[in-house]
Amino acid sequence: MNIGSVKDLKELREQWTANLGKQKMRILVCAGTGCVANGSLKIYEAIKNQLESHNVFIPVELLYEDEATDRILPPVPVGMVKSGCHGFCEMGPLVRLEPSGVLYTKVQPEDVAGLVEVLISGREPLQHKLYSHPVTGETYALEREIPFYKYQTRNALGNCGKIDPEDIREAITHGAYQGLGQALTGLTPEEVCGEMAKSGLRGRGGGGFATGFKWEATRVADNPEKYVVCNGDEVDPGAFMDRSVMEGDPHKVIEGMAIAGYAVGADQGYIYVRAEYPLAVQRLRTAIQEARKFGLLGKNILGSGFCFDIKIKEGAGAFVCGEETALLASIQGERGMPRPKPPFPAQSGLWGKPTLINNVETFANVPAIIINGSGWFKRQGTEKSPGTKTFALTGQVANTGLIEVPMGITLREIVFEIGGGIRNGKKFKAVQIGGPSGGCLTREHLDMKLDFDSLVSAGAMIGSGGLVVMDEDTCVVEVARFFMNFTQNESCGKCVPCREGTKRMLEILQRAVDGEGRPGDPDDLEELALAVKDGSLCGLGKTAPNPILSMFKYFKDEYMAHIIEKKCPAGVCNALATYTIDAALCKGCGKCGRTCPVQAITGVVKKPYVIDPAKCIKCGACIAICPFKAIREGK
Amino acid sequence: MNTLSVDHQTVAIKNEKSLLELIRNMGIELPTFCYNSELSIYGACRMCVVEIEGRGIVASCSTPPAPGMKIFTNSPRVQRVRKTVLELLLANHDRECTTCEKSGHCKLQELAERFGVRKIRYGERDLKLPLDTSGKSLVRDPNKCILCGDCVRMCWEVQGIGVLNFSNRGSKVQVGPAFNKNLAEVDCVNCGQCSAICPTGAIVVKSEIDAAWTALHDPTKLVVVQVAPAVRVALGEEFGLPAGEIVTGKVVAALKKLGFDKVFDTCVSADLTVLEETHELVERLENPADLPLFTSCCPAWVKYAEHNEPEFLKHLSTCRSPQQMFGSLVKKYWAKEMGKKPEDIFTVSIMPCTAKKFEITRPEFTTDGIPDVDLVLTTQELARMIRESGLLFHQLEAASFDTPFGFTSGAGVIFGASGGVAEAALRAAYEMISGKVLEQVNFEEVRGFQGLKEAAVNLDGNEIKVAVVHGLGNAKKLIGKIKTGKSFYHFVEVMACPGGCIGGAGQPVAVEKAVKEARAKGIYHADILSQLRKSQDNPIIAKLYEKWLEQPNSHEAHATMHTKYITRGRITGEDIQLLTSKHQQKLDVAVCVGTCCYLKGSYDTLQELMRRADQAGIGDQINLHATFCLEGCSQSPSVRINEEIVGGVSPEQVDSVFTSKILNRSQR
Repeated sequence: MNIGSVKDLKELREQWTANLGKQKMRILVCAGTGCVANGSLKIYEAIKNQLESHNVFIPVELLYEDEATDRILPPVPVGMVKSGCHGFCEMGPLVRLEPSGVLYTKVQPEDVAGLVEVLISGREPLQHKLYSHPVTGETYALEREIPFYKYQTRNALGNCGKIDPEDIREAITHGAYQGLGQALTGLTPEEVCGEMAKSGLRGRGGGGFATGFKWEATRVADNPEKYVVCNGDEVDPGAFMDRSVMEGDPHKVIEGMAIAGYAVGADQGYIYVRAEYPLAVQRLRTAIQEARKFGLLGKNILGSGFCFDIKIKEGAGAFVCGEETALLASIQGERGMPRPKPPFPAQSGLWGKPTLINNVETFANVPAIIINGSGWFKRQGTEKSPGTKTFALTGQVANTGLIEVPMGITLREIVFEIGGGIRNGKKFKAVQIGGPSGGCLTREHLDMKLDFDSLVSAGAMIGSGGLVVMDEDTCVVEVARFFMNFTQNESCGKCVPCREGTKRMLEILQRAVDGEGRPGDPDDLEELALAVKDGSLCGLGKTAPNPILSMFKYFKDEYMAHIIEKKCPAGVCNALATYTIDAALCKGCGKCGRTCPVQAITGVVKKPYVIDPAKCIKCGACIAICPFKAIREGK
Repeated sequence: MNTLSVDHQTVAIKNEKSLLELIRNMGIELPTFCYNSELSIYGACRMCVVEIEGRGIVASCSTPPAPGMKIFTNSPRVQRVRKTVLELLLANHDRECTTCEKSGHCKLQELAERFGVRKIRYGERDLKLPLDTSGKSLVRDPNKCILCGDCVRMCWEVQGIGVLNFSNRGSKVQVGPAFNKNLAEVDCVNCGQCSAICPTGAIVVKSEIDAAWTALHDPTKLVVVQVAPAVRVALGEEFGLPAGEIVTGKVVAALKKLGFDKVFDTCVSADLTVLEETHELVERLENPADLPLFTSCCPAWVKYAEHNEPEFLKHLSTCRSPQQMFGSLVKKYWAKEMGKKPEDIFTVSIMPCTAKKFEITRPEFTTDGIPDVDLVLTTQELARMIRESGLLFHQLEAASFDTPFGFTSGAGVIFGASGGVAEAALRAAYEMISGKVLEQVNFEEVRGFQGLKEAAVNLDGNEIKVAVVHGLGNAKKLIGKIKTGKSFYHFVEVMACPGGCIGGAGQPVAVEKAVKEARAKGIYHADILSQLRKSQDNPIIAKLYEKWLEQPNSHEAHATMHTKYITRGRITGEDIQLLTSKHQQKLDVAVCVGTCCYLKGSYDTLQELMRRADQAGIGDQINLHATFCLEGCSQSPSVRINEEIVGGVSPEQVDSVFTSKILNRSQR
């Protein structure tokens, strides 16, 4: 069915919305990657079976146009939806009820019978399946009241978890393609670019480059053949914002790209997405097919004469392919290696043609800017970094998951309000923001307003938005080593500073955590880090030393302790641990001495035993066996 | 004003493409590894970095000049990057400088010295990779590779082949042929341009100096040497003489002092080539068939055609290259005259070329187990032998070539420059076709360094169209145009190396174009100095026909002066084993993943076969491998089941082939 005009689109939206209104209740089972992995599809089936056994009719496929008339109308017309990611993955599988807004967490198959029972009878929600705050212990029934959600502003993620991403009609009832329609009928390409520029939207992929500027540069490039490319190569460890958008609301990305195509004069788009995101690939495929079916992609879109189509290119999971020139090389079937800029993709990109390349989240922000205007967007966030930003909040924080917050929010709000504070009563130490390319923010930054520029001045970066919270038990040297190992493996190997420099920085960090640090290491490491930052060809290399530089800036003492005193203050680095027996607690049972594989523990029965640190290999066997908890791993 | 400042000095921007160009023009020699004006901008070595006020550190090679820039070429940050890069490269480099083939010509060594690197703080190379010594011409030592990518771009951008590329990630990145094959197993044509551009000793020419000394010191051997035209305008560079200076007499003198019994001139057999090839051309013009006629002097081009243009092989002149004609003349005819058996004569060639080392090993050029040419030394290797022997080159008294192969026409000499073969052939063809004497012997249109040179020459009423290309990438483009009918020629000269043989990879290291231009100038000057300008006028050639070869393209000439070509797969060597059966009665199944089959879906065929074998539960009874070219390209995708080659096994056909040919032979 081809939607021939904006008017047709509006009518359909109204008709489908009205149909949707006939449902008295909607049950949304999260079918994002996290919840699926936790068995949410089984939960979906179980709820469906339960409802059927209660003789409740479930239109699994929402029957908008041709409602089955031969079936008995249910007492409670219930809609069931496999939705995209709700963001609170840790609590999955998640089941949300509409319109009540009740959120059930960690739903297991054995919970389903009770859950449906309550549902049908209309009794109070099942208490033990509601979210309970791990720090305060308070229970929340409604999703919007859970602190994790309460402080968020969801724009890009607006529909994620609210619609069935595989059904374009649900997307349309939630406003999909309205922005495209408005752009095609009400704005010239130049005006669309102008609107983007006025909105102040900055690229959500990490660099924070002005989106409007990129669009305009591509628009004015003189070439009949241009491309729009969506960068969905999200490879930062721990980041999954783009994946959730692609899985949960693929039409928003497609719409954003189509608007971009219209604005810059391109009729072909590419989505570059990791092959390791099979669900995202599948949902994007479905969404593209459906959009084509409804004439929202293809020739003469909405009767405007504008033509645009999208191809999917699956990447092979190389971190460096997130760099735009490497990504373009990869689409062309070449080895994913960055090339020097200029020329910028806007001048010479895919197949040497002017190319607009933006990240998934950037495109997802576009439709709302067109619909609500640049002024609306600019009112959110900070002056230089307007709008909202998604983050993947992980680490030692009570609530982990995917969040979207206005730019300018403080770290304190994220960690202590949304995140619910540090787990197990530990102290906050730092957050690593921006993944392997980012840096640390510490206690002194808790009240800093987070945006593109403030983070860079603090030696970190938004990056793709990974936000790892670390408590006092985290060793920053080990963290730096971990990230350096990652960047070293993911370096494309093209430029010398990145290829060789990351290898040598890793070696020096490895020495530190292995207790083999040398006196010259700190100076060599810092000099190397600065040279790699200055000298590398692309963003990967230029930012690879950030974790180290940030370590030097905020935690130099901790690093020096590894080198000079051969101690790990956080007690993480195994090679630096010292094992001691607390004479006050030791009863002299001798178990430790018999267990020790290297005979490092000696003593006389019924008197405190002693560990010879020269012999000890820090295997931890004695700690495990000691019945009196008398053996300690020292810092 | 369209100016910028460099180290506080105001400079006008002319039309420089990059800051590197602009700054070098000012007389500041910014260091580079991966920048080469003949190749694309790569921006990887980061040695050419400069600091721009407000922008920080940028690579000057890839940054265009802009008005108002304030550039610092030697700031502390710039120095830190450069020194760190050098130190990092050296840390990972096999630093056996004293025994390295490239010692003294190595850019890494030179820059390390220039920047005074005296200490390496960042460890050692932890991985010792095996050398690739499989080829006849080149040796690759990955332990010395600094991954600048010059060879990769040279092979692809200039030569259009792409034998070398990068593999792996991070610090494990390597340069090498596909599938970790070695050079002898892939479509490398041995042109050696990779070694010529390599800044270190990671790709070097295979040295035969020891074998040369052994032969020279063997009293039972009559050691004969031939000297290719391009050598005489380049060898002097190794001894401080200007490029292009003609040092023929000194070369001959040096060779005699080194102990060679006879010193001959390859230009003589070049003259012979002209007559044979021009007759072939005239025959094809008279009975139009297989036009254009392509030259066959360049062994790299010949091998390229064998790998990539099998349907064009019939267009190649059947003439042996001058080197091989020479070998034949010496061992099959002159030897008898001297009362020697072929095996008692040891023929050495001094060549500007690395592919010639491969050429002598072709089976067509071995007669009764005796190679026509025993050994090839490059210009550089000869220079090394001269140095080793202590001869002071510039003091040598010029000497003359020996008879009978010592007198040549100018046409034979210009073989050394791109366009020379075509020009020599035109000088002969004119007289052959018109029967008149050619007065104006210079054909300027085919000279010079343009990638493609074209000439329409009126040979007394018959216009023949000639094209000259150098660099195999240019040849590839030209062939494309010929295939699609966009261009038509009667005669095409192809030389693999940019500039022709004067730019051969065996010549003294010279990346700059100016050096090649000077050599070409020397070649054409030598032509002018020649008493005779046309091959057909060379009395020695007339004598050769009279004594031995009867007449051009005679039966005898064909047997000893012509050759034939073979088609070559792109990749040879071992298959890639996917399933290994331990079963007693196993079935051997090989799926071709060569270019043709791959393009027709053989990868899917392979996967489908694996899936079906699994499904049928006979996966353990099959030796399944991916192989390269079963030579069944016309019926691709091809699969070999035991000894039988089955064509047309598209993924859809797998099912029926599996059932009929595999399943029934298995034990279920």
